[in-house]
This record gives sequence, structure tokens and C-alpha cells, in this order.
Amino acid sequence: MMQKAIKRIYMSIVFLFLYAPIIVLIVFSFNKSKSRGQWGGFTFDWYIDLFKDRQIREALYFTILIAVISTLVSTIVGTIAALGISNMTKLGRTIVLNINSLPVLNPDIVTGVALMTLFISMRIELGFVTMLIAHIVFSIPYVILAVLPKLRQMNKHTAEAALDLGATPAYAMRKVIIPEIMPGIISGALIAFTLSIDDFVISFFTAGTSATNLSILIYSMAKRGVKPTINALSTLMFLVVLILMIIINKKNDKGEDIII
Amino acid sequence: MDINTTKLLKQGTIKMSKNLIELRNLTKRYNDMTAVDSINLTIKENEFVTLLGPSGCGKTTTLRMIGGFEDPDEGEILFEGKLLNNVPAYKRNVNTVFQRYALFTHMNVYENVAFGLRVKKVSNSEIDRRVKRMLKMVDLEGFEKRNVDSLSGGQQQRVAIARALVNEPKVLLLDEPLGALDLKLRKEMQIELLDMQRSVGITFIYVTHDQEEALTMSDTVVVMNKGVIQQIGTPQDIYNEPINRFVADFIGESNIIEGVMLEDYKVSFDGLVLDCVDKGFAPNEPVDIVIRPEDIRIVVNPDEGMIKGTVTSVVFKGVHYEMIIESDTREYLVQRTMMFPEGSVVGMNVQPADIQVMKRGDMPCSVEEEEE
Amino acid sequence: MQRRGRGRIAYPYTVWMAIFIVIPLFLILFYSFTEGDIHNIKDLKFSLNSYKKVLEPIYLKVIGNSFVLASISTLICLIIGYPVAMIIANTDVKYRNLLLMLFIVPIWMNFLLRTYAWMSLLSPNGLVNRFLLWVGLPKLEIMPGKGAVLLGMVYNFLPFMILPIYTVLSKIDKHVIEAANDLGGNSVITFMRVILPLSIPGIVSGITMVFLPAVSTFVISGLLGGGKTPLIGDLIEQQFLSSRNWHFGSSLSIILMVMILISMAVMSRIDNSPEEEGRKI
Repeated sequence: MMQKAIKRIYMSIVFLFLYAPIIVLIVFSFNKSKSRGQWGGFTFDWYIDLFKDRQIREALYFTILIAVISTLVSTIVGTIAALGISNMTKLGRTIVLNINSLPVLNPDIVTGVALMTLFISMRIELGFVTMLIAHIVFSIPYVILAVLPKLRQMNKHTAEAALDLGATPAYAMRKVIIPEIMPGIISGALIAFTLSIDDFVISFFTAGTSATNLSILIYSMAKRGVKPTINALSTLMFLVVLILMIIINKKNDKGEDIII
Repeated sequence: MDINTTKLLKQGTIKMSKNLIELRNLTKRYNDMTAVDSINLTIKENEFVTLLGPSGCGKTTTLRMIGGFEDPDEGEILFEGKLLNNVPAYKRNVNTVFQRYALFTHMNVYENVAFGLRVKKVSNSEIDRRVKRMLKMVDLEGFEKRNVDSLSGGQQQRVAIARALVNEPKVLLLDEPLGALDLKLRKEMQIELLDMQRSVGITFIYVTHDQEEALTMSDTVVVMNKGVIQQIGTPQDIYNEPINRFVADFIGESNIIEGVMLEDYKVSFDGLVLDCVDKGFAPNEPVDIVIRPEDIRIVVNPDEGMIKGTVTSVVFKGVHYEMIIESDTREYLVQRTMMFPEGSVVGMNVQPADIQVMKRGDMPCSVEEEEE
Repeated sequence: MQRRGRGRIAYPYTVWMAIFIVIPLFLILFYSFTEGDIHNIKDLKFSLNSYKKVLEPIYLKVIGNSFVLASISTLICLIIGYPVAMIIANTDVKYRNLLLMLFIVPIWMNFLLRTYAWMSLLSPNGLVNRFLLWVGLPKLEIMPGKGAVLLGMVYNFLPFMILPIYTVLSKIDKHVIEAANDLGGNSVITFMRVILPLSIPGIVSGITMVFLPAVSTFVISGLLGGGKTPLIGDLIEQQFLSSRNWHFGSSLSIILMVMILISMAVMSRIDNSPEEEGRKI
């Protein structure tokens, strides 16, 4: 009994630690007073400000556009690459997989500066395109790592069975192999999408000045000091994440598998 | 299931006449290992042929070359007299039942079976008719909507067979199809497979390492080792007249004795000279002699036997007792329905017809890793 | 034949990897060993000067700071996170997913917003200090400073410690624990001798997942440290974005990579000698 109580209290403290800042942000996004600790009455002003802000709208647009494109490209390229890698000789596979895991293991800042160095050395002006390429670069490895285990799990004769039953290689790919590894492809795409939406460090070094995503904008706003519009933005982003999580978990009881 | 019942089942087998598949000097190498070494084999229409051998003997590779999943390095595969070598797998009129079935896990039972027909753009009503008929044949009516992962091993096996047979192939290739099933189910499926083969009337090429399975089911058994065919024959031939030490050793338990062929019909070992039914060896040619454990008869009076020995071990095996009887020179494995207690001294007799004399081959074989 | 053919479809990605993964890292390596005008390749010549610069006391102190802060925050995460992982693993399956969700939701929130939240909480007139004032305790003036940076690291990376440890703990066969009890082990012995050693792989990946982003961060120190305690990440950022000294920035990046490589090698050592880890807790 005693032990159970201690456990409860301990978990409550940890959750308080994790959620207190988020709750405070949400509450203060409705605070009339600009002060950080003073409650000055309820207001929607900051949300209205938020939607009026052209900079924020633009950053949101870039964030989503880049996430969608980079997810699409990296999912397709990553799946094709994984299919190829699974059919490579052992040596080739080891080399490719080791290089592939570099962006996963390297600190983001190193990946970021390395890509920036490459772009500038190649005289490519930093902007939307470079940021997009960077996102694809760090997303593909995760897609490959999500798809490969599914390919390995698949009965090695499954593709042959399709050919045996008269399917051409292309038909077998479309109707058998891709559907069999679909769970891996989907979780790869989800990882790619969330990484892209969430990325700050690599975008920061590869975006230049012409394109800004939400993370970069938040960073520069936060550096200049606390602004209530950020509170409003945080609240909205938190709600979006929460709703997404609930939907995904409802659809898939093993939701945590996808996220971890 | 004992061999007799299945033999009875097979008596109705339709006559096998036309050559359907011919393998000519077929060879497959992996790096520097020769998996299949220049084999020749003719398979007739409606024949049940089993490729039998230890793992790594090349039986699966041979099957995969017929199925089109491996390209031969040398030699020809003829199908109804036409060269099959360069025909891709999906254009061959053969279907395969794979090891562990390789069912499509994202499709239900019905769609698995319908796959081959959908590829061929058969009309929906025709697909429905044939799939239903097939599922009835494999005893899976009512399972159409089931997810294949939810089926038992035996049921998955039936889906795999139905998925192949629904395409009405001329040949069905089966790669250790019963390997993942437990013993009882395996015996049941053996009977069912035989029934199916007779009712659809097509050629089965069956790969197994289980000698009992091979003897039970086949019209023809092809014993392979190290990529080379050791012997081709009916189950009776293979069992009773193994051509060399490997076959004798692999098919059933046996006493294999090194001896010398003195002249036609006279063989000698351990200082004994025995009559036999074999001939055609050079005088005094060294040979291997096979005596099956069930062919050694025991007499209570040691002096009435050709060989005298002491019983050193007795194990009850259900139908018979398995005894080890030690003579002055060697141990004999003997199977009898009557038990002789350990320590008793007995005599052993063998009929001339039960002595199988073989040319001395380059034995022993080593069991290598299978390529799978 | 078909197999080898299928391997070929990975070739375009191999080329992509060469261009966008291998070459950039080689460029960093190249710039770290040279000096001169980065925009004029002919002007570049071999030099160890940027590495010599790393050895200057002010920079050594920055590197040391990064290492110490990352290590402390990793340790705190482990101390807080291990019991949490254990509690979740022992929770009824019905509530387990909910508990896990509660730890995952904050990760999904933008990293910068999470850090920003603490900025407003810890500021001199922020809620934390108002609360302390109200209870009658002295003001907490850790922001900007090391304390705030540490707190930010623990806050941001704690879930990355909990999740891998939980995953390993939840996979431990309950019979193993029962067997230990059956063999006379009390709960302390069972924990030290059975559960802890079995959970080492989770601890190792948890430590890696916390230490790696902590040692290379520049956001947390930038926002919560107020420039007072620059970390190696801040230095690299400055060299590439404001000082424009790519050579120095590159050698710092190489040093960071080496540091992480060494830490990971040490961690895999620990993975092989579970006894050492036991004493840490």
C-alpha cells in the first residue's frame, strides 16, 4: 500500500515537471497582461495577432510544404533504396548501411554545418531548395531503417511465390511486395514527416535568409525575448500534436510502436 | 500411416507414359561450390517424383531451377520437349508450394488462392467458381475471409496448395511442404497430398529429407548427395537394393559391412562365406554389404546361427524390439518382434536374398549446410 | 540473376549518399586541416592551426563545460527515468499505453517551444519565483546560467531515457524474476543481480540518446544560458554563422564527433561489463 502511494506521488511529480511548462504556456496564451507572472484577465488577442502576422503565416507555409515534399520524396526514394539494399551482397549492404546511419548518429549540428559547407562550396545559394534537400537527406535514412526490417521479416519466398503464380516482376512488386512492407513504409513516412516538422538545427544552417520555417522563427523570436504570440502558437501546435496522437492511437492500437 | 495403406491408395494411379520434364547435364554453382553437378533426370506425366537427400545435397536447387528461380550454369531443362532455360518463372506452366508456404499475409485466404487467376485476368465469376472449388478440395470451405496469419500450420499448408493448384499447372513443385508440421499432421497431409495428386492427375515433384515420407508417397525416388544423383528407382528398389553405401545408410537403418565378393553369388566377410543373389563383380572385389535390421533372424541356439553373438542392448520400439547383438568382430542392429534379454547368447541367420552387395563407393558423406 | 538486378536499384541512392553524406563530412575534415580563404581553393593550405586554437584555455573550458553538463544531465535523467520506466513496466497493461502516451506527447511538441516554456517560467519575475516568494523561499536565479541549461537538458531529454529502458524492462520474462525470487533472492538482490543487468542495453541506448543531443546542443544554452555558458555547439554555430571561421568550426565539429565516438565506445564497453553499471545507481 505504502509502496503504491510512493509510486503514485513519484509519477505525479515527474508528470508535473513534464507538463507544468506546457500548461503554463497554454494558460498564459489567454492572458491579457504581457507580464510573465501576472494574470491580467482573459483574452483572444494573441491568437488574433498570430493570424495577422505575415511572418508566421509564411513560416507555417514553408514548414508544411517542406514536410510534405520531403516526406513524399524520402519515402519513395528510401523504399526503393531499401528494396535494393536487401538484395545487395553482404559487403555492399554493410557499407551502404553504415554510411546511411551517419546522419542518424551524427549530431544534428554537424550534419547541418556539413551540408551548409557543401552548398556554399558548390555556390548554391541557401534558401528553400537547400533546406528541402537537407530535410530529404536526413529523412531517407530513417525510412530505410523502418522499411528494411519489414523486408527481412517477409518470407524470402513471397516474391518468388508471386512470380510462380504468373505475376510479372512489376506486378509482384505492386501487388505483393509493396503491400507486404506497407506498415514499414507508413511508419517511415510518419517518422520523416515529424522529423521535418520538428527540425530546427539542420534547417537553421541550410535555410539561409530567404526561407524560414516555424522552428527558426520561434528561435529568433525567443532570443529577442518572450512574446505572448509564441504562447498562442505553442498552444495551437500542442493541440495539433495531441489530436494527431489520439487519431493515430485510435487507428492503431500499437501506436507507440510507430512513435518510438 | 503405414506404407501398405498408401500403396493401396496408389494402385489406381493413372498410367504414366509421356516424358514431361527432362533435365540434361544440369549444373549449378555458387561461387566455387557445385550445388548441382551435371544431373540427368526424366520425369513422366502424372508421376510422383521425390528428390530425397540430406540438406545441402542439391535437391532444393534442382527444384528451384525447374521453377525458374535459379538459372542453371550448364545443361538444359526441357518441358514437353521444349527448352525451358530462358523462360522466366512467371511464364512457366509449373507452380510451387514453398517452404513455410510464403503466403501473402496482406490478403485473406480467398485472395491468396485467387492471386494467380487475377494475374491472368480471369473473369470474376470464373475466379469465384474455381477458388470455391479449390477451397472445397483442400477442406477449407468457409475460411474465405480469414486472415492467413490466423490459420494453423496445416491450414496454411492447404492454402498454399490450393493457391498453386487453382492455376491448373502441369507440374506442382513442392519444397519440403510438410517440414513445418508436427508428426501426426504430417502423416495426414501425406495421404491428402497423394489423394490430390491422383484426383487432379498432374505431376508432382517433391523435395524432402525425410526418407520415410519419400518411400510412402513416391512413384519414383531420386536419392541425391553432394549435388549428384545416387540412385533413381521405385521406393522398393531404393529400399531393398540400395546401389551404394550412401543410399543404404540414408534410407532406413542398416548394417553396412565391408567384405569381399569371392565370385558370383558368393560373398565373404569376417571370415564367413555366405550365399547371395548378386553377381557381376570382379573376383575378390572389395564390396559393401547391406543387411537390413529386420532381415536378421535370431535363433535361440547359438550353434544354429551363421553368426554367434551376445545381446548387449534391447529397446522397445512399439512394433518391434531393437537389439544390438555383438559378435566377435562387430555389432549388428537387429529388429524383431520377439525380445531376447540382454546378455543372452544367440545365433543370427540371413537369407541370401536379404544380403545386398554394393560396389564400394567413396563414402562417407558429410552433411553440409543447405543453401537455403 | 534477378537478385543481382534488384540490388542495382539502390545505386541512385548510393550516389545520393556519396554527394550529401560522404562529401560534406570530407569537406569538414578538409577545412579542419587547412587555413586560408574558404572561397578560394587555391589559397587553402595544410595547417593544424585550427586544432591548436581548440587547445587554447577558453575553448578547452567550453568543451569541458559541454562534456560535464551533458554528463550530469544524462546522469540525472537516468536517476529520474529508471524508476519511472520500472513503474510503467509494472503497470497494468490497460493503463500502460496511456502512461507511455503521456511521456511521448511532450516529445512531439516542438523542442524550441518546450525550451521557451522554461524561459518564461524561470525568468526573474516568472511563475517559479513568484511561487517561491509566496511560500517564503529565496528567489531562484539560475536563468540565465548553467543551472537553467541543465534543467533544460533534463526536461527535453528525459523521455529519451525512459522509453528505451521501459522497452527493455517490459520484455524481461516475468518468469525470470519469479525464478530469482524462487531461488531465494529478496527484492533488492533480484533487482541488483537480475533486473538491472538485464536492462543494461536499455540504459546504454538511453544514455546515448540523452548524451548525444545534450553534448551537441546550442539551442538550450542559447536560450537558457544567455550566452554566459557557451557550449561546443554554440562555438560551432558562431564559427559558421557569425565569425565565418570555417576552419576552426570544422575542427570543433571533428572534435565533437570524436568525443561522441569515444563516449559510444565507452558505452558499449559498459554493455559488456554489467557489474560496473550497478554501482552507479
